[in-house]
Amino acid sequence: MIPFIAPDLMPAFPEISLAILALMLLMFGVSRKSDPFHAVSNLSIFALLAVGVMICRYCGESVTTFNGMFISDSFGGFMKMLVIAGSAVSILMAAKYAERQRIMRFEYPVLILFATLGMLLMISANDLMSLYMGLEMQSLPLYVLAAIQRDSIKSTEGGLKYFVLGALSSGMLLYGASLLYGYTGVTNFDKMATVLAASAPLSLGVIVGMVMLICGLAFKISAVPFHMWTPDVYEGAPTSVTAFFAIAPKIAALALLTRVFMGPFGSMVAEWQQIVVVLAIASMVLGSVAAIGQTNIKRLLAYSSIGNMGYALVGLASASAEGVKAVMISSAIYMVMTIGTFAIVLMMKQRERMLEDISDLSGLGQRQPMLALAMTVMMFSMAGIPPLAGFFGKLFVFQAAVAQGLYWLAVIGVLASVIAAYYYLRIIKVMYFEEAGDEGLDPATDVRLNVLAGVSTVALLLFIAMPGPLLASADAAAKSIAIFKPK
Amino acid sequence: MITFPILSLLVFLPLAGVLFLLFVRGDADTVARNARNTALLTSLFTFGLSIYMYMGFDGSSAELQFVEKLPWLPGLNINYKLGVDGISVFFVLLSTFLTPICILASWESIQHRVKEYMISFLLLETMMLGMFCSIDLMLFYIFFEGVLIPMFVIIGVWGGKRRVYSAFKFFLYTLLGSVLMLLAILYLYNTYGTTDIPELSNLAIPANVQKWLWLAFLASFAVKVPMWPVHTWLPDAHVEAPTAGSVILAGVLLKMGGYGFLRLSLPVFPDASVYYAPWIFGFSVIAVIYTSLVALAQEDMKKLIAYSSVAHMGFVTIGIFAMNQNGLDGAMFQMLSHGVVSAALFLCVGVIYDRLHTREIARYGGLIKNMPKYATIFMVFMLASVGLPGTSGFIGEFLVLVGAYQVSTTVTAFAATGVVLGAAYMLYLYKRVVFGELVKSDVKAMKDVDGREVAIFLPMIGLVFWMGIYPSSFTAPMAPALAKVIERVAPARQALLEAKAPAAAEKKAEEAAKTAEEQSAVTTEAEATPVEPEPAKEPEKTEEAPKHKKGKKKK
Repeated sequence: MIPFIAPDLMPAFPEISLAILALMLLMFGVSRKSDPFHAVSNLSIFALLAVGVMICRYCGESVTTFNGMFISDSFGGFMKMLVIAGSAVSILMAAKYAERQRIMRFEYPVLILFATLGMLLMISANDLMSLYMGLEMQSLPLYVLAAIQRDSIKSTEGGLKYFVLGALSSGMLLYGASLLYGYTGVTNFDKMATVLAASAPLSLGVIVGMVMLICGLAFKISAVPFHMWTPDVYEGAPTSVTAFFAIAPKIAALALLTRVFMGPFGSMVAEWQQIVVVLAIASMVLGSVAAIGQTNIKRLLAYSSIGNMGYALVGLASASAEGVKAVMISSAIYMVMTIGTFAIVLMMKQRERMLEDISDLSGLGQRQPMLALAMTVMMFSMAGIPPLAGFFGKLFVFQAAVAQGLYWLAVIGVLASVIAAYYYLRIIKVMYFEEAGDEGLDPATDVRLNVLAGVSTVALLLFIAMPGPLLASADAAAKSIAIFKPK
Repeated sequence: MITFPILSLLVFLPLAGVLFLLFVRGDADTVARNARNTALLTSLFTFGLSIYMYMGFDGSSAELQFVEKLPWLPGLNINYKLGVDGISVFFVLLSTFLTPICILASWESIQHRVKEYMISFLLLETMMLGMFCSIDLMLFYIFFEGVLIPMFVIIGVWGGKRRVYSAFKFFLYTLLGSVLMLLAILYLYNTYGTTDIPELSNLAIPANVQKWLWLAFLASFAVKVPMWPVHTWLPDAHVEAPTAGSVILAGVLLKMGGYGFLRLSLPVFPDASVYYAPWIFGFSVIAVIYTSLVALAQEDMKKLIAYSSVAHMGFVTIGIFAMNQNGLDGAMFQMLSHGVVSAALFLCVGVIYDRLHTREIARYGGLIKNMPKYATIFMVFMLASVGLPGTSGFIGEFLVLVGAYQVSTTVTAFAATGVVLGAAYMLYLYKRVVFGELVKSDVKAMKDVDGREVAIFLPMIGLVFWMGIYPSSFTAPMAPALAKVIERVAPARQALLEAKAPAAAEKKAEEAAKTAEEQSAVTTEAEATPVEPEPAKEPEKTEEAPKHKKGKKKK
């Protein structure tokens, strides 16, 4: 008889706490007669903050638990902090918007909490089983969130599309995982790394499995050609949900992708690098070219996020500690830019009606100079113009690529960034160069959104003066992730 | 001796003005008045500080002065490092000199969104000064591109009818050039582990690598200069920009390209610079002749002066790539002179544009009758642009031609026709605008320049004559720094000369064999390493050579 050994729960303590807190909040919401949306929202933010503090305390050294299925290290800690911050801010941004759009259901923040829990598990996954569990745990709440505005056709359509395509990608991922298990005989990442490093030549099954796995994950970060769902879901989902989609799941999936590439596939760089290079190039080019014709700002931001994921993939393609560091820095900066931009998009309303067209911003420079200034900083930063923070996100990514001799990838990347600059500039043009129409946007009164926009603007402006803390912590965290030498 | 970090203070002083302006509140008139005064005071104070800095500057030294160094990006050998030498100090002065003039020039012509306008100009000044003071390549790049943001806004918001098109064209053209330079910078950093410009200027980079990197840098600088055929953004940007925007564009922004060649292309990639010099000559000569002819046919005053800028900058690139003392002196001088003269010409256009709101040459005529003071001022700058002896324009063009003559008589002959053409289009412009019959009633009603406008022009007139009559007060302090650049490219040039005319250079080669070979070996050696039978020798030589050079510089 196998003796039962209780696993060490401490490394997973933040995740366990989050699960308990989320369940408690769910019970609290159900037990109330009137919908306690605001109370649950605020409590969820506190719950996330508490979990954030715990992660800060527990992510020091690398420890595994649950038979090696769960890993807690400083790379994971860094990415988890980003995810937690992104989730907390998304709940914060949603408060007023949900009220206006009549999606004030307490399930909204609770679903975000569960999705966040799934993302934390994804980041900590050290086994194909926990990878799939985390991934599904984050996906299911996201499908519901996309369709949370039940009486809107666009929202339900977006939710359904997301679900169908998401299920397809999960199937691909599962198929890849089973092939990998079949050919290596293990599911644990560390063991798989040893097995794969020792097996030469690699069998076809392993490679097909790896490709399938990458396809499934590429869907989650909406890398081209697995991006089809992104513009529709972004446009269809309520804006506050879109903001959440643009921030947290992307970062979590990137972290998972990084861990898989650097861990089990660390010895097969030559095999996966070419795939990542193609994904990166396709995402960067499509992200910049397809955005040019967009008139809806949410669709535009969808393409912008596709492009940004392309840049992050450039860092990943370089397959080095520098590349991992670049991925971390650029995701942190991407998160700040996205938060700021969505905070402003959430303030785009006229007579209490939400607007989504880029042309609705016209004349903002004269009507609301501070808001326009914040948006300008965001756009220049997204375009990667120094001295703003967005430039450094791209700088480190390209630095990693050039260091590994991926010159053509870097050249295509910078050229794509010039094309992308065009549509970011177009928003600035609409705000400043065009005379204001008869009726502008309502004055931005939401304190939370104003503070979020203001803080992210200042952060992007001042990053150049104080790059130290972010760089140093990313540096330390990147070193914690195993990097295998190619065979 | 200046003990406080004067360059940082200089660079970030305008930014303090920006911060102050951001918090100005009140009704529209008060805000506008405060914005104008704050901007003027800040820029004047910056100018004063730069003069103070120049007084402490040692013109007899080729070394970087007032060097400041702070760690910046942790984990990377990229630092916040500022310093000036004989090349950059004049561009710093030019920038601080022109900014208050720009602000004064927009005193009345800019009436809406004054605060934002002044913020943009002060921001622009910070970026320009930062770029000229940076001696770390990454820092240089950040300021170099940072210039785009305020300039884009200035053209796009306060420009003319086609301002959006021009602003986008300006921004994307320049960005496209710069991003390639960024990759070259990253390559340099990854291979040599530093972005410190003086250190990079002492490296022995293999010649074939140099050629690629040089082209990446060229993409950036050629657009900025602008060289033919990537000059097309300039006429658009100039025509649509507000007067002060054109002034700063012609006065300082174009010089960033020339400065880049002098500061980076020549010292960091000497072999590639020598290798590509004939191409630069070709493009420059085309620029000089072609754009002069285009200028002759212009109907729009600003466009005419914009094309003349391209032609004048063609002289600058010829001078730089002549790579001798006269050529470099001339190129530097031409840049400074053009910075003042073309800026003043745009101001001249601005004066009458403010009155009649058209830049069409045919709408004017006979201004000498009702605007005699204006006609005189315009004449001074027109003649300076033509290159009349006694004005600054003459010295620059003359030195460039002398320098070019030592390299190639053909280039000189073609370039000299540009001087003639330059006289033709400028005199023709002057004739059409100032002389002739005063028939049009609205032109008749135009008032002569007022006190504020005279106050703008007087220092510029003074400078034009000072530079024209006593040029050595400018050429002397820049000579040591330029000599250092020439010394750096000398081995590569020597090698090329020997390869071209082995018979004629035989004697010289024998004499210079000991010194020149050792130096050129550094650069050609690395390329030839695969063929080198004794690889053990190579590291010794590469180590020796820079030491040898340093010793030479001290003399």
